[in-house]
Amino acid sequence: MSLDHDAPPPPGHISPTRLLGTTMLLAIRAIRRHLMRSFLTVLGIVIGVFAVVTMVTLGNGAAKSVHDQVSNLGANVLAILPGQGNGRGGGGEAPPPFKPEDLDALRAQVSGVTAVAPQAQASVTAIHNAANWSTTVNGTSNDYLDAENWKLAEGRRFSETEQEAGKSVCLIGNTVKTNLYPRDEPVGSNLRLGNISCEVIGVLDTRGQGGFGQDADDTVVMPIKAVQRRFTGNRDIRAIIVAADPAYDSADVQQSITALMRERRNISGGKVDDFTVFDNRQIADTLSGITGVLTAIVSAVAAISLLVGGIGIMNIMLVSVTERTREIGIRLAIGAVAREVMLQFLVEAVVLSCIGGLIGLVLALFASIGLSKLLDVPFVFDPWTNLVAFVFSGLIGVVFGYFPARRAASLNPIDALRHE
Amino acid sequence: MSAAVTQPLIRLSGVTKRFGAGAAAFQALKGVDLDVEAGDFMAVMGPSGSGKSTTMNILGCLDVPTTGHFLFRGHHVESLGRDQRALLRRRYLGFVFQGFNLLARTTALENVELPLLYRGEDRWTRHAAAMDALEQVGLADWAKHTPAELSGGQQQRVAIARAIVTRPDVLLADEPTGNLDTERSVEIMQLLTRLNQESGITVLMVTHEAEMAAYARTIVHFRDGLVETIERKAAA
Repeated sequence: MSLDHDAPPPPGHISPTRLLGTTMLLAIRAIRRHLMRSFLTVLGIVIGVFAVVTMVTLGNGAAKSVHDQVSNLGANVLAILPGQGNGRGGGGEAPPPFKPEDLDALRAQVSGVTAVAPQAQASVTAIHNAANWSTTVNGTSNDYLDAENWKLAEGRRFSETEQEAGKSVCLIGNTVKTNLYPRDEPVGSNLRLGNISCEVIGVLDTRGQGGFGQDADDTVVMPIKAVQRRFTGNRDIRAIIVAADPAYDSADVQQSITALMRERRNISGGKVDDFTVFDNRQIADTLSGITGVLTAIVSAVAAISLLVGGIGIMNIMLVSVTERTREIGIRLAIGAVAREVMLQFLVEAVVLSCIGGLIGLVLALFASIGLSKLLDVPFVFDPWTNLVAFVFSGLIGVVFGYFPARRAASLNPIDALRHE
Repeated sequence: MSAAVTQPLIRLSGVTKRFGAGAAAFQALKGVDLDVEAGDFMAVMGPSGSGKSTTMNILGCLDVPTTGHFLFRGHHVESLGRDQRALLRRRYLGFVFQGFNLLARTTALENVELPLLYRGEDRWTRHAAAMDALEQVGLADWAKHTPAELSGGQQQRVAIARAIVTRPDVLLADEPTGNLDTERSVEIMQLLTRLNQESGITVLMVTHEAEMAAYARTIVHFRDGLVETIERKAAA
């Protein structure tokens, strides 16, 4: 150790890195000395980071789940519905339904179309043996199975003749199967739909929750002509499902369909469409957007707890400064410069809040994994969310630690030493 | 120590100190002149309010005079800023207080290391120097104990170890035996005497007790903000 006693007074400069190293050590010692107080100090940050990160992670999971489900309906699937999507509603006559010729026109004239399926729906009560079940009967064609990517768990698809003649045959979804066929085999059996009897020729593969939260498996599929004749009592096609080749841009396909349908429905010039073409991808994006907004709102509420946590740190640091006035006096007397004392308290606050943030992140990780399972949404680990939350907790330490630290550094050593 | 110092280690000339302003103002020092030679052992005595504590604060570079000069090693301390005085304390001064003022829940070793930490010494230097200082005050075996586990006399010895660990020029002791019984007080005085004689540390001590002041070589009496008498004993 070389302590040169003949050197002039040292200059008023201290190496910043050495300063940081020293204060880091002092801060960690101070935290270790007061474990309980340190824990209570960071509790707010722990809860804040935990809440925000859990909410964002679950929100991302929910958004992904919605997106997956809608995409599951089939990539590049468009739906054409009568009326206007923006729901201007009100007066005026109802827009006309679609005609069977529209389907042929779409197939023939829009490039990139792989499947075109009509749709007519009705609510029915399905009865088999003693069990009955309310469901929706969906009148369509084999094209619908292709467009929406339905596979058969058992049985077969409709034959040409069954479709042409509108025979009383049906495919049932898994939910209908489990409710009406607890034991026996559905394929080949007769299922009673409302007033008619219908032969089950196949069972659809399980799909799970649909895009809007309804059960996609709760369905009965019949040839459209059978539904029109037996249930709706008219020849209206309520919707057209179009599947497009993924190689084609769905926006282009959407545009071609709109142009064709305008022509076929005699809408010219500036007149407004009396039909709407929905793109599944758009629906998916919209739904994800909604989920995103909801996530943002909930996260904002959670972020308030992070702010409260920061104020908690400031509170306890201020008390701590008062409580440690004598200690600060000793440090100053021993030769600590104001900057070092300030930095020590600042570093203490930052280290504390970073530790709190880290604990919060770990808790959030476990909670998100658990809650994802519970809520049946995929667990999506987003490193950015975690990183931002961690950096933010450190920033809270800086912001809310600054005021107490400045107060500590401004103490007069003589008064501080006299403090009881 | 360095040879041929033409002026004393410390020189106070015409030092006044006023606290507060206007009607509430209090003139604590009214023109103090005092020289302290390097290697001296000086006891500062006087009744409460005589200005001895204010003088010690100024000598300890904790406070600055209102007027007058304070020269330390030829440097005008009265013109230095807060941080520069802190650096002076860090380098040349050691403090011992009446109330020991050790950091609670901190081992003796860590307490003694503290000044070295602020000096930026590395871990091994700190440890070696702190152990050496604890050895000097006879507490090497108590290095891992916290103040709560030490007696008052031991705590004061840790505080002295902390004060001398940087090998300061001057050791300032503010009633170092004020909280101790006679037996412990004598131990502390003997320790200070030994440090003064063996290590050549200049000791400045405030005390109320003539018994303790008797260990000093120079005794300065304060009264009403002025130096009343200075008695110098013949060198032993």
